[in-house]
Amino acid sequence: MRRPRAGAADHVGSGPVSLPMSFLQGADLIRKGAMDALATRIDEALAAIAGADSLDALEAQRVALLGKSGFVTEQLKQLGALPPEQRKARGAEVNRARDRLVEAIAARRAALEEAAFAQRLACERLDVTLPGRRGERGGIHPVTRTLERIAAIFARLGYQRADGPEIEDDWHNFEALNFPPHHPARAMHDTFYFGDGRLLRTHTSPVQVRAMQGRQPPIRIIAPGKVYRSDSDQTHSPMFHQIEGLLVDETSSFADLKGTLAEFVRAFFERDFEMRFRPSYFPFTEPSAEVDIRWDAADGSERWLEVLGCGMVHPKVLENCGIDPERYTGFAFGLGIERFAMLRYGVDDLRAFFENDLRFLRQFA
Amino acid sequence: MKFSENWLRELVGIPADRATLVERLTMAGLEVESVTALGAGLDGVVVAEIVEARPHPDADRLRVCTVQAGQGTPLQIVCGAPNARAGLKAPLATIGASLPNGIAIKAAKLRGVESQGMLCSARELGLDADASGLLELPADAPVGTPLARYLGLPDASIELKLTPNRPDCLGMVGLAYDVAAQFGSAARPPQVEVAPVAGSARRGIRLEAGADCPRYLGRMIAGIDPAAATPLWLAERLRRAGLRPLGAVVDVTNYVMLELGQPLHAFDDDRLDGDIVVRRARAGETLTLLDGSEAKLDDGFLLIADATQPLALAGVMGGMDSRVTAGTRNVFLESAHFAPPAIMGRARRLGLSSDAAHRFERGVDPELPRLALERATTLLLAIAGGSAGPVCAAERAQDLPTRTAVPLRRARLARVLGVEVADADVARMLAALGMAVEATGDGWRVTPPSRRFDIEREEDLIEEVARIHGYARIPTHVPAGAFALAPESESRLPDAALREQLAARGYQEAICYAFVGADLLKAWQLDAGAVALANPLSADLAVMRTSLLPGLAQALAANRNRQQARVRLFEVGRSFHAGGGAPLETARVAAVACGEAAAEQWGEPARATDFFDLKGDLQSLCALGGAPQAWRFDGEDLPAWLHPGRGARLLRDGRPVGFLGALHPRLARALDLGADAYVFEVELDALAQRRVPRAEAVSRYPTVRRDIAVELAEEVAWGALEATVRAALGEALADLFVFDRYSGPGLGDGRKSVAMGLILQDRSRTLTDEDADRHVARAIVALERDCGAKLRG
Repeated sequence: MRRPRAGAADHVGSGPVSLPMSFLQGADLIRKGAMDALATRIDEALAAIAGADSLDALEAQRVALLGKSGFVTEQLKQLGALPPEQRKARGAEVNRARDRLVEAIAARRAALEEAAFAQRLACERLDVTLPGRRGERGGIHPVTRTLERIAAIFARLGYQRADGPEIEDDWHNFEALNFPPHHPARAMHDTFYFGDGRLLRTHTSPVQVRAMQGRQPPIRIIAPGKVYRSDSDQTHSPMFHQIEGLLVDETSSFADLKGTLAEFVRAFFERDFEMRFRPSYFPFTEPSAEVDIRWDAADGSERWLEVLGCGMVHPKVLENCGIDPERYTGFAFGLGIERFAMLRYGVDDLRAFFENDLRFLRQFA
Repeated sequence: MKFSENWLRELVGIPADRATLVERLTMAGLEVESVTALGAGLDGVVVAEIVEARPHPDADRLRVCTVQAGQGTPLQIVCGAPNARAGLKAPLATIGASLPNGIAIKAAKLRGVESQGMLCSARELGLDADASGLLELPADAPVGTPLARYLGLPDASIELKLTPNRPDCLGMVGLAYDVAAQFGSAARPPQVEVAPVAGSARRGIRLEAGADCPRYLGRMIAGIDPAAATPLWLAERLRRAGLRPLGAVVDVTNYVMLELGQPLHAFDDDRLDGDIVVRRARAGETLTLLDGSEAKLDDGFLLIADATQPLALAGVMGGMDSRVTAGTRNVFLESAHFAPPAIMGRARRLGLSSDAAHRFERGVDPELPRLALERATTLLLAIAGGSAGPVCAAERAQDLPTRTAVPLRRARLARVLGVEVADADVARMLAALGMAVEATGDGWRVTPPSRRFDIEREEDLIEEVARIHGYARIPTHVPAGAFALAPESESRLPDAALREQLAARGYQEAICYAFVGADLLKAWQLDAGAVALANPLSADLAVMRTSLLPGLAQALAANRNRQQARVRLFEVGRSFHAGGGAPLETARVAAVACGEAAAEQWGEPARATDFFDLKGDLQSLCALGGAPQAWRFDGEDLPAWLHPGRGARLLRDGRPVGFLGALHPRLARALDLGADAYVFEVELDALAQRRVPRAEAVSRYPTVRRDIAVELAEEVAWGALEATVRAALGEALADLFVFDRYSGPGLGDGRKSVAMGLILQDRSRTLTDEDADRHVARAIVALERDCGAKLRG
């Protein structure tokens, strides 16, 4: 819808217009010099302007009054016929009348335009509850989402992301990490092997080894990634994700390990937990611990839930990586990302993470 | 390791209740996996004897028993158990008793016959899963005695989940030492007597396997009573450790294994021929084992053999032929030390597991064999009679494990743990664990006991101190140590930015398995250079993926089958290719799309997803790197999985880095997609490479737009036109875009019209109309020359 153009008045109202009778008689009135009659006519004209119910009607009024042969124009033309002593007073009178009419027309036009605008706005209504275009979004996988949150928390503590191959050799995956040659984890039973003796890494710990081989302390790294174990049921997936953390410097102690993980767990779950460090065994750390948090299940029951494995980096591992264990100490920790995602988001079947069912995944958009 | 709580309490003072004990065990690294309380709710259950059992007048299965329960007057009990018979001693729940399973015993009539209580099975008493009949008590059980008192109840079966470094706790005595250290109390190991030797029969023992078996002891026990019953106390301890009593000889060997941690084996001596030989198996040798399985052996297995044949798989399982049977009167008891490397993994290779292998794999105290042999002999003589022959022993002293002193420095201890532990406490804790502790200037020299295989260096001792001191008592401290703030690389986009971009454009991230079926890769013609697993879980998960797309397309199809018509999935992950040495791992971003271009909506005409939807999505990823000119699409070298006319290759800086296009209709059909699918896959590194901006002053001069339309052959690609115009105009061209494309009526066959907008600019002055005309003329000349284009009027 276009707004009516102001200032295009001369093109409007060229059609037949009916004027009040009194205007047709105006010339006679002036000739009679009847000042009161002029006032009366002007009052009538003002009433007509006020009563104009459209911009077209108003324009017709304007032409009839102020146009080339309009009433007021005619009155002005007739001034010349008056005796000089009357002309001035009469002229002033007519000009005043004209000014009043111009003003009234402008006011009426503004009012009519405002009304038309209001009416147009009143028509321009949308059903704002209809959906917008292309508002849909995909989403990030809950494992990625969890991984990114964890990495972000450790990034604040100065841990840099590190990476390593998923197809590893025995040395990085086991031997450098102090697994004895016949350790049960090395059995075909638990590990996926390739024909040439390489294997799919069973944990992210080999990234520790690669990180330490590449540089000297201080080291703070976090290594997220896929790991593989030959196992598949409701609580085991042949592929899953871990995050490995490693800190090596000249002062770190088991107390620092405890503090770091306590801070992490609180930051991740956004709440305090009762937490315990329980002695355990990993070939590549000593002392080793498993970390339990006191978890209140949905049914209101409470239990200890194992969430992390950790320990002080075994001196043999430091030696294997060319770091002097007398000068440096360090700690390492590892956690299953799916486990944290399950706890955080209330997922109860590990397999759901790898079925790629949109109905599941969309919940994490 | 499962055991009776009462038994443990007999071996060590535990000044704490069950809950505290369980907590302490767990917090000392001996994690309690389960606790089963036994013998609660046995008030009113007594030892009773069935004096007479008559058929029930109205029920075939029931019997009416006259039962003596020590109350003077015999009771009448109706009982349905098949083993209810006169002379049997069994538990009787008397009137008023309330059993663990919730049954309250009241006087009742069963099929019209009054019953004044209930004779019970083990399960009804919560003692065992056995519900096959009444719990049969020994003939000497005193009638009228409360059953709980008679069975040594209440008790609990406690199961530990031991870590592989603590085989010393796979025996009650070893466990008792650790518990003693935890509570600061003393262990009370059983006094093992030297059994009297009565006979003189011997067997020669030959150790022919070097370090695999450095110590082997054996002895004959002749003339035992094959019908001898295992005493109740012993049977109960076995039961509460999860072992079923099987007969006196086996029960005694199992008992000693539980008590001391030394696995023993008993042979039927009459089945043996000549000397005992400990040797490696020969390739192709077979042995039928106790469980009936036939083991096919090779020289990786250690055997116990006699002069003629293999007898037992050393440290794993005995053989069928030489086993002790119900008729065995002469027994040869074996008590040996096998080195862990000789046993590790052997049971699993045969699909077996045994208590003996579990212990020998982890390490058994090499000083135990003689003690265990004497203990077993004494028990067996007491239970089944007979006479013991002399101990026959062979030893390779040089191959026996030794325990060397390990230094522990005070300062190191404090540094690693982050807490000072008082000297006296350190010495006391280590001594309580059976270590010989000698103070030195800067700490201690500590020699572990022979049962500890896990104490070899300082850290092992630090862990022991931490464990007994309590991890909970180590303070919590956030590291303050120095760390260097690494440069934040701006020339590499974080993966998260790419993921977020795709998610914003409607794609849902998926994670597929990194291994797929070989058939799948073959169908996509992506099998060249694929790396196969030697031991896959299944044929579907056998080969490492060479591309993310086959798996992602399967996920797409699966979702279509789950009523999801419009599917957009992406994945960021690695593909794997055989390389010279280690396989090559390439991180990639892949996406698949199928269904409508937009989710079903009201405001636009619906249409199916097409090539340019996907290309736009991909270009939005490319744009993140801030180097639009680095990217080029062409139609060269398309892979077999793309529609040959609707595929494109993507190049970054001239290097091919990915493909985009319609999935080959044959593959789409195989997946039963029922619609066209569009896919792309690009190397992550190419997308993640980001230009660090160099700011330039914004031109003060206005740009001029000129539009031209040209007519040319259909097969000339827009890319060629674009390249031609860019080359012709160089810096004068600020931007170039195509805004119309037409073919059809009015144009010749195979002809098309392309309209493009040129944004022209001069950075040093305002372009005049004449300048612009000159530029446009140059562009047209180039288009005519290089692209066979004609300017349209």
